[in-house]
This record gives sequence, structure tokens and C-alpha cells, in this order.
Amino acid sequence: MLYREAGQYKTSYQSDQAIFPIAQDRWVVWAFVAFAFLVVPFFVNDYWTNAVLLPLLIYGLAALGLNILVGYCGQISLGTGGFMAVGAYASYKLMTSFPEMNMIIVVLLSGGITAAVGSLFGLPSLRIKGFYLAVATLAAQFFLVWVFNKFGWFYNYSMTGQITAPDREVFGFLLTGPSALPWVKYLFCLTLLAVFALIAKNLVRGRLGRNWMAIRDMDIAAELIGVRPLLTKLSAFAVSSFYIGMAGSLLFSVYLGAVEVGEVFGINVSFLVLFMVIIGGLGSIVGSFLGAAFLVLLPIFLKNFMVDGLGMLPTMAKHVEILLMGLLIIFFLIVEPHGLARLWQITKEKLRMWPFPY
Amino acid sequence: MSAFVEPARMAGHSGMAKGEVLLRVDNVSLSFGGVKAITNISFDIVKGEVRAIIGPNGAGKTSMLNVINGFYHPQEGTIAWRGKVRRKMKPYEAASNGIARTFQNVALFKGMTTLDNIMTGRGLKMKKNFLWQCLHWGPALTEENEHRRKVEEIIDFLEIQAIRKTPVGRLPYGLQKRVELARALAMEPELLLLDEPMAGMNLEEKEDMSRFILDVNQQFGTTIALIEHDMGVVMDLSDRVVVLDYGRKIADGPPDEVQASQDVIDAYLGVPHEH
Amino acid sequence: MEFLIETILSGLMAGVMYSLVALGFVLIFKASGIFNFAQGVMCLFAALTFAGIMEKTGLPWPIAFVMTIGVMVFVAWAVERFVLRHLVNQEPIILFMVTIGLAYVLEGVGDILWGSDVKVLDIGLPSGASDYMLDNFNIYVEKLEVFAALIAAVLVGFLAIFFQKTRIGRALRAVADDHQAALSVGISLQTIWVIVWSVAGFVALVAGTLWGAKSGVQFSLSLIALKALPVLILGGFTSIPGAIVGGLIIGVGEKLAEIYVGPFVGGAIENWFAYMLALAFLLVRPQGLFGERIIERV
Ligand SMILES: Nc1ncnc2c1ncn2[C@@H]1O[C@H](COP(=O)(O)OP(=O)(O)OP(=O)(O)O)[C@@H](O)[C@H]1O
Ligand SMILES: [Mg+2]
Repeated sequence: MLYREAGQYKTSYQSDQAIFPIAQDRWVVWAFVAFAFLVVPFFVNDYWTNAVLLPLLIYGLAALGLNILVGYCGQISLGTGGFMAVGAYASYKLMTSFPEMNMIIVVLLSGGITAAVGSLFGLPSLRIKGFYLAVATLAAQFFLVWVFNKFGWFYNYSMTGQITAPDREVFGFLLTGPSALPWVKYLFCLTLLAVFALIAKNLVRGRLGRNWMAIRDMDIAAELIGVRPLLTKLSAFAVSSFYIGMAGSLLFSVYLGAVEVGEVFGINVSFLVLFMVIIGGLGSIVGSFLGAAFLVLLPIFLKNFMVDGLGMLPTMAKHVEILLMGLLIIFFLIVEPHGLARLWQITKEKLRMWPFPY
Repeated sequence: MSAFVEPARMAGHSGMAKGEVLLRVDNVSLSFGGVKAITNISFDIVKGEVRAIIGPNGAGKTSMLNVINGFYHPQEGTIAWRGKVRRKMKPYEAASNGIARTFQNVALFKGMTTLDNIMTGRGLKMKKNFLWQCLHWGPALTEENEHRRKVEEIIDFLEIQAIRKTPVGRLPYGLQKRVELARALAMEPELLLLDEPMAGMNLEEKEDMSRFILDVNQQFGTTIALIEHDMGVVMDLSDRVVVLDYGRKIADGPPDEVQASQDVIDAYLGVPHEH
Repeated sequence: MEFLIETILSGLMAGVMYSLVALGFVLIFKASGIFNFAQGVMCLFAALTFAGIMEKTGLPWPIAFVMTIGVMVFVAWAVERFVLRHLVNQEPIILFMVTIGLAYVLEGVGDILWGSDVKVLDIGLPSGASDYMLDNFNIYVEKLEVFAALIAAVLVGFLAIFFQKTRIGRALRAVADDHQAALSVGISLQTIWVIVWSVAGFVALVAGTLWGAKSGVQFSLSLIALKALPVLILGGFTSIPGAIVGGLIIGVGEKLAEIYVGPFVGGAIENWFAYMLALAFLLVRPQGLFGERIIERV
């Protein structure tokens, strides 16, 4: 079957607004989802989940969240690391205070708590714009990391200052702790990501999403047609932080198992997630995943190539990796400032024309 | 072409009769630092009319609209809306009170499609809460489709079907102005403020735009305040004209009367005067 | 009392350092509207290169210093030639992101060339306590800090003259207001950008050197440089006096807070205090101390 739009008439506004209006797209996506849910779990092992799949899913979720704020609502944030830390510590406190709590609830509540914190730090956005706001969000980043370092209550006064995830189950399967099975972790993260990706898509194609974009594109005009700036910006901060908080929660409880806040949730994470969003494509849900995939896979690939392939020393390889990362970011921004999502779209458009380009 | 809204059923409308005073501006003065943009101006806008605001560049016309929809707050004077003096209000409050607006320099949402731009204009009328929006299903979907239908009617009315899915940033200027009008209409306003809707258009586009404005006024009973430099257009469209010069009102009345006024002629010819 | 004065003085000295970094930001922002996130890493890179050249070649420091200036000019040229030139008329956020990429590149290159171990930068700058202050006022002040403040003052004076009196300087100011105007001075935009980035590179070198002399050249230097961001907020992105005053306020505020507020909340608050101070300040004056008030229009 060729990739064609022709012959597929939209009979209702609903189908016109569908997420994937073209039937071939829908099939590919369904096939992909089925593969991810039904096939992959049988083949995952520790290496694949830990090195590739979990970071991919978790950072994908974080990138999605940040994209809502930066890409859709146009508010630059450099506080992602700090907000992920909120999610992580919230779930640590929940897991240790309420051992019986279902992990789904833990993750959702952690998201909720992060949303509250995020909205608090979003308050200045009413008065502060652009780069000024970006710098202001750095306050969140440094302050939050400091808080989690300083106050023993957050890490239950453990000697190391670290937080460690206890064994917790979801529907009877062990999800966290050293002996949790890879496929359980994978499916848990995948499910959350899939559900919340759908919700994000729904939000951005509805009223709230349009208001976000209106604020992003021209905040004055938006206000003059009845969009309430504070409410709209805060909702973007809240939703975005909710996603980022869930990602932080998963990163800690399911993926890493133990966390030292300054190392795991430092300013570098803020940048990393921001890059994922930029490289993937601002204002694109798919882009968030493409960006996350790119930046999760690239270092693995580079490391394998340089250390195992070229026999470079690991420290040297690290330096080269940083350099290449920088070059790639610059290259991408010059070649396609709209990110991988746009490249993907262009490819599809070409494909739609193929084999007759005119 | 069918009327997409029945005037009587338009939400947020006062049900005022034609000819009653919808908006009254009393002794309003506005300055920026040392610059006096508006000095002691009073006039009113009557329900159902097309009220033109004219004057040379820098006369304070745009500032006047900005005062009316709450974007600027005058240092002196009052504004009465539907007969009640209104307190200092935010632009979005003015919007929910039924005042819509287009801009001198197109202020569309560049990254969004024509359709989404217009849909944004319906935001105030959409009520389904956050959770329903997350699901995009059931009542939320019904609401979305209902408003989409309204928007499609506006799209048909303004004859912009072909650019429905085009990001507005890519549209030529004339069409952008039309989309802006569409977005304002989507709000089903009681008072529509148009800031030079025909600036930079060719003759044909101007004629189209004039026709749309008249249709909006006559079919939906929308009251219109119009800033326009083209005197021909002003004469054709407006019921009453207020003339500003250097922030002061120099004439107010029916178009032909105003046009004959010596003050107005002087202002437009740039006769020096003290202020 | 002496203690308070000591605290304030050492705050002022630290503030001078912040000011120097902020100055580099302001120069670039003024001339090209680019929020140059890489400024901090440029300090690190310059100091690394400076120390590296001395270490590897054994040349005396003035020669190494001049060579490093050469390297920074080359960096400026490369940035214009390979990056900025391809991004004319891009949105500010894109340019901002590019400078983050640039920060990574400079960090990577610096590490590859000179290694990532801590380097001592010993160029015979004065060190130890100032006897004069200690004897006469019973106040402890580091000589190096006094020296740094002097250097900073000289640098600012030098920049002021450069911008006011020279043709290039005037062109730079013109370009900040209006790109066309700059062209009419007869200097191409490209050249102007190279010059601005070179000057910013030079400022970075001075800041990096002073800082490196104080606490060694290492990666954390670029993080300290992040502190220049709240300084910018206080001072406004486009104001050179703002950068100076903002730096001093942040420097002093931070030290005072650490001593008088820190103990009540567990200490180490200088990590975030500057940002919070800037944030609080922004809420009152969104345009910064010296920035012009923005009135939006439609
Ligand atoms: N935000 C502002 N800050 C400072 N001055 C302003 C502002 N808005 C308007 N002005 C000044 O107020 C005066 C009136 O401006 P306004 O835009 O209302 O004129 P106008 O009649 O719409 O002119 P035009 O026909 O050129 O659109 C001008 O002198 C203008 O410079
Ligand atoms: Mg105007």
C-alpha cells in the first residue's frame, strides 16, 4: 500500500482533528505500539532496559513535560533538574511513609506535588519574560537541590545523604529495588508514557493548548481576546511540572534505585532535557521522543565507538563526547531550527509525493 | 450564506436596543511619561452603529482603542460600558464583556494555523474543564465540534476556506488581516474594534473587507468602532465619525459634516497650530 | 564592626569577579542581542588555555597571555564564521541554545587540549593579607582581591574609552541600536561581531585569570560564572554600569546572607541566594536596575 492521503475524505470535524489523520500513519503507529507492548517485554534483559529503554522512556516523559512549557507555552525553564528532584524525593517520602501505597499512586502523587512546586516557581512568569524568566528558573534549580541536600527529613536522615528505593510492588509484581524484573520496569514506564503522551496530545489540540500557544506567539493579543495570562502560564507550569515530576519519580524509584541529589538532578540535567526538546522540535509531541531518543542513544553509540572501537581512554572519550554534543547541537540549530520533528514531517511529505515529486 | 449567529442569542450580549449608548468615554486623558497621547476626550458609541475614528498619524487613535479594551489605563476620565461606569479592568475582562479587537500591526498567533487562531477566539465560550480536555472525549469532544462548526461558518463567511490549515505566518498580509477579523468575530463580540483593517491592501482587497465589515454590522448587529485612513472607506461605511488630532477631539458627527469642517481640513493639511 | 566591614569588603571583591563575567555577557547582548550562555565557559577556556600554554611551553606569562588573546580572537572569528553567520535573523531562543552548544564545544576542546585536572595559575600576582589594612584598620583583606578590583576598574575604564572614543567602539554602540546604522559607519556586521566576541573573550580571559589565580583553574569556574546571570538580572542585560553595580550587590548580599541568615537555615545558601535575590528583585522591577522600562504596544 502506498503512502497516500488521496481518497481518504474526512467526513466529520472529529476525524479531521484526529491525531493521525492519514490511515497509513495510524497503522504504523498501532503496529509500533503493539510491538512495544506485546513483543518487546519478552525480549528485554537487564542491559537493554538499563542502558537504553528506561532512560529513553523516562527522559521522553521529562522532555514531553518541558516541551509543554517551552515549546507550547513559550516559557523557557532551566529548572527541570530541580523539579525532577522534587518528584524523586516526593516518591521517596511516599514510599517510605506509606509502604502499602500502589506505585502508580506514588508516581501520580509525586507528579502532583511537583506540579504544585512548579506552579509556585511559575508565578513570576506573569511579570518576567524571556531570558529573565530563564534565569529566574535557575533559582528553582539551585534552591531545590540545596533543600534536598540540607534537610535530613527529605532523605530520612540517612548517613550517606542518599535516598534508596525500597522494594515496592505494582499489582503483585516487584517494581523497585535490586531484584525487580526488567520487563516489569519496562512495561510500567511504557504504560505511563503512552497514557500521558495521549493526554498531552489531547491537551495541546484542545482549548488549553491553543491558549498556551497563543500566549507563546503573542501574549498581548492573547490577553485581548480573553486568554487569562496568569492562569494559562501557571497551568503550563503545573502540567509541565507534573510530567517532569513523574519522570523524576521514575528515574529514582524504577531506574536508578538510589540517588544523590546534586549528582543526578544538577543543572546538567536541566540542559540535557532542554536539548532534547530543542533537537526534537519545540512544540511537537513526537519531537520530544525523537529528541530524547537521540540524546540517550548518541552517547551510548559514541562511547561504544570511541572506547571499544578506537580504543580511546574513557576520560578522553568523555571529553570528545562533550565536544561532539556541542557541535551537534550547533549543527542542528543551523540546519533545522525546528528539530527532528520537522525533518520527519518533511520526509513524510516527500514520501507522499513519491514517486512523482511535482 | 447563512447568518452564523442569531444576534438575539449571542451570549454575553446585553440585549440593548439599537440606538442606546453602548459605550461612553468621558474626559479621558492618557499620557506616557511626558507624551500626552490623549487629552480630555469624550464621545460615545451607540449600539448598532459603525463609528469611525480618524485623524492624522500619531493622533491617538490606537491609544483610544487600547483604553477602551483595557490595555492602557487612562490617568483621568471614565468609561461607561452599557450605561455603567466600569472600574479599571484587565484586557481579558474587557474581552469577556464582549469587546473584540483587531490590530494595526497584525497580531496573529504566528505558529498556529488559521483554524487554530480562530478557534482560540472561541476560548471564552468553551466551558469544559481540564479533566475533560485531557480526555478529549465525550462532552469535551462535543463542545470542540460545536465550536468548530461555528468557526467553519465564519471561515465560509470570510471566504478563507482554502487556508484553513495553513500556519498564518506563511499567509500574505491581506489574508492575515482577514484571519484577524475572523478571530475577533469568533468571539461574537458586542463591540468590535478595528484598527486600520484595510491598511496596506489593494483596491480589490479593500472592497472585500468593506463588504465584510458592513455585513457584520448589518447581519449580526455588531457595533463597530473603526480606525481608517482611507476617507472614501470612512464615508461609505460609517454612521458617525470622531476626529482626533494631537490627542484632542476636533470634530464629531456624521461623515459629510465632519468632512466639511474647517478644523478637520486644517488638521489633515497640516496647518500649524499651537497645542 | 571590623568583622562586618571585612565581610562587606570580601563581598565587594567577589562581586567584582561576577561583574567581570557579566560584563562579557552585556557586551555581546548589546551588540547582537545574543544571550551568550557560553560566557562562563569562555572564562574557563581562556584560563585553561593560558595556564596550559605556560605549562606546556614554559614561556613567560606575558607571552602566554598575548598568545591566549590570539586564541580568543580566533574563537571569536570561528564563532562568527561557522555559527552566527548561518543564523542571521533567527529567533533569540535559537541563538541562546546555540551558545549553550558553544559552551559544550569550548569545554570539550579545552579538556581535550589541556586535560581536565585542576591547574594552578601562578603568574606572580600578589597574595596573602594586606599588611597595610591589617595594621592600620585591623581589617583582613586579601591582596589578590584588591588587585583584582583594581584590574577590573582599569578594564572598565578601558572599555568605556573604547566605546566612547574609538570609531569601532562607536560603530559597536550603533549596531546595538540599529543594524543599518552600523553599516553606514562603514564596518560590516560580520567584522563588528568578531570584534565584540573578541572583546568579550578578552574580558573572559581577565576574569578567568583572576579567578584561576585565586582558586585554581577547574571546571567549577564555569559554574561560578553562572552567578553572573543574577547579576545581569539586577543590572539589566544592556547596561555596563548595571553589570558592575549588580555584581557588587550580589557579591555583598551573598556574603552577608551567608553570615547573618545562613546559620538559621543550615548554611551553604550562597548556592542559590543570588538567584533568589535576583528573582525577588525582578518581581519589583522587571527591567533590572538600569534597564529601560518596557512599555508594550500593539
Ligand atoms: N506605549 C507607548 N509608549 C509611549 N508612547 C506611546 C505609546 N503608545 C502610543 N504612544 C504615543 O502616543 C501618541 C499617539 O499614538 P497612537 O498610536 O495612538 O497614534 P495613532 O493615531 O494610532 O497613529 P497612527 O495613525 O500612526 O496609527 C504618539 O505620539 C505615540 O508615540
Ligand atoms: Mg494607530
